[in-house]
Amino acid sequence: MSKIVIDKLNLFYGKFQALYNISMNIRENEITALIGPSGCGKSTLLKTINRMNDLVPDCSISGRVLLDDEDIYGDIDVNQLRKRIGMVFQKPNPFPMSIYDNIAYGPRTHGIKSKVILDEIVENSLRKAAVWEEVRDRLKKSALSLSGGQQQRICIARALAVNPEVLLMDEPTSALDPVSTSKIEDLILDLKKNYTIVIVTHNMQQALRISDRTAFFLNGRLIEYDETEKLFSMPKDKRTEDYITGRFG
Amino acid sequence: MSRKDYLSVLLSLLVKVSACITFSVLFFIVGFIFYKGIPHISADLFAWEYNSDNVSLTPALINTLLMVFLALMLSVPVGVSAAVYLTEYAKKRSRLVEIIRITTETLSGIPSIVYGLFGFLFFVTVLKWGISLISGVFTVSIMVLPLIMRTTEEALKAVPELYREGSYGLGAGKFRTVFSIIIPAAFPGILSGIILAVGRIVGETAALIYTSGTVAEIPSGKDFLFDSARTLSLHMYTLSSEGLYTNQAYATAAVLLVIVLLINRLSEKLAKRIMKGNGK
Repeated sequence: MSKIVIDKLNLFYGKFQALYNISMNIRENEITALIGPSGCGKSTLLKTINRMNDLVPDCSISGRVLLDDEDIYGDIDVNQLRKRIGMVFQKPNPFPMSIYDNIAYGPRTHGIKSKVILDEIVENSLRKAAVWEEVRDRLKKSALSLSGGQQQRICIARALAVNPEVLLMDEPTSALDPVSTSKIEDLILDLKKNYTIVIVTHNMQQALRISDRTAFFLNGRLIEYDETEKLFSMPKDKRTEDYITGRFG
Repeated sequence: MSRKDYLSVLLSLLVKVSACITFSVLFFIVGFIFYKGIPHISADLFAWEYNSDNVSLTPALINTLLMVFLALMLSVPVGVSAAVYLTEYAKKRSRLVEIIRITTETLSGIPSIVYGLFGFLFFVTVLKWGISLISGVFTVSIMVLPLIMRTTEEALKAVPELYREGSYGLGAGKFRTVFSIIIPAAFPGILSGIILAVGRIVGETAALIYTSGTVAEIPSGKDFLFDSARTLSLHMYTLSSEGLYTNQAYATAAVLLVIVLLINRLSEKLAKRIMKGNGK
């Protein structure tokens, strides 16, 4: 079943066109990987799904993006949309506050005040993000005192704390060491059961290891979109083949 | 040695000498004032009421604290809010922002005596507040406003874009993002601006001489805001210009110096504690 439908999407930064006529369906409880060389528009596409591009001045779009058949660029509450579609960024970006407050920030934003409920959300989110055991004794300590890999899992926990349906991940492991990367990959695979995940990655092995479907982008265009195994074993387009065999990018 | 080596030796000598000069100037001033002032510090100097026998600095000291407190109450909320508007709400590169920026830059370059004259003409004369604490408070508030605005603006701009994205990404609106994430993250920078402002107010004479005046009493009663109030710096100016109490002026200077050092240490500690809360 399609969770997100992108329909003939064009995106402009001022006069520069960054995305050309993108149409693709993203299925529920699957991991969809967006790959392609730098500047191909994969991160831009990711940001249109939770309307983070609204923050960029002069950014305009045409076409539709549907979440559960509802146009997210229609008459909707953007803050509610971003609650439903969580995001994890390239560089771990915990807020300069305690681990507990980082996780509780989202729920508090959406009106939860009860200490008991917040405690429960914090523990559950940290457990889901596989970082509970490491931080349970220092929830009041600053999140900035953690290692990069732990910080990124805190950020995933923070995103999970508002109970989203979709998780967008923008190269979540590119700033991390191999051990942390593999922990986060395991975590993403585990989260698939309950969430729809869209991940931008530079790392083709990563796409191959974790994703169900892969979309290959080049110069703002969707070149090929297929089941990951098919796309990597028998790409239909010559450009996809060149990219995944390392001839460019 | 080659020419290059000579040059580098010369340069290193030059920077060391400059560092020494800077240090010794500060050391000399502080040392000189303590040397001349400390022997003349007496119990009389701290008497509750001022008269021409004891030339007490207590009223002036209390007036200074009062002046700083009231001026910050006015200038900090306005300055910080204006900076928040400029960095977070106003459209980048709009004409309005450009005009406000040029205005604040110009304001921060105006000599304080000009503020003093303005305060005298406007608050004292036009608004008929008289030479009073409140005229002085408004005058120095306007004077430190650009300083607070500029430092706050820089501090807000230095907050990483990642924090904003993180907050918006969780479905937080602009208001919550600004007040729960950005301002707390910028707080140490904002605080350092406030400390600078305190320094300027404590050291100000020119802007106050025609606005808050030189009556050496603590304002009291229900109209205390409309009493004239002499601050410490002004007290020193009066003492030394009268020429009769030079020793007491030095003693007062020593006390003022200690107070300024204390304020600096205290705010440093405060900043550190807050930074700890931020976990740095």
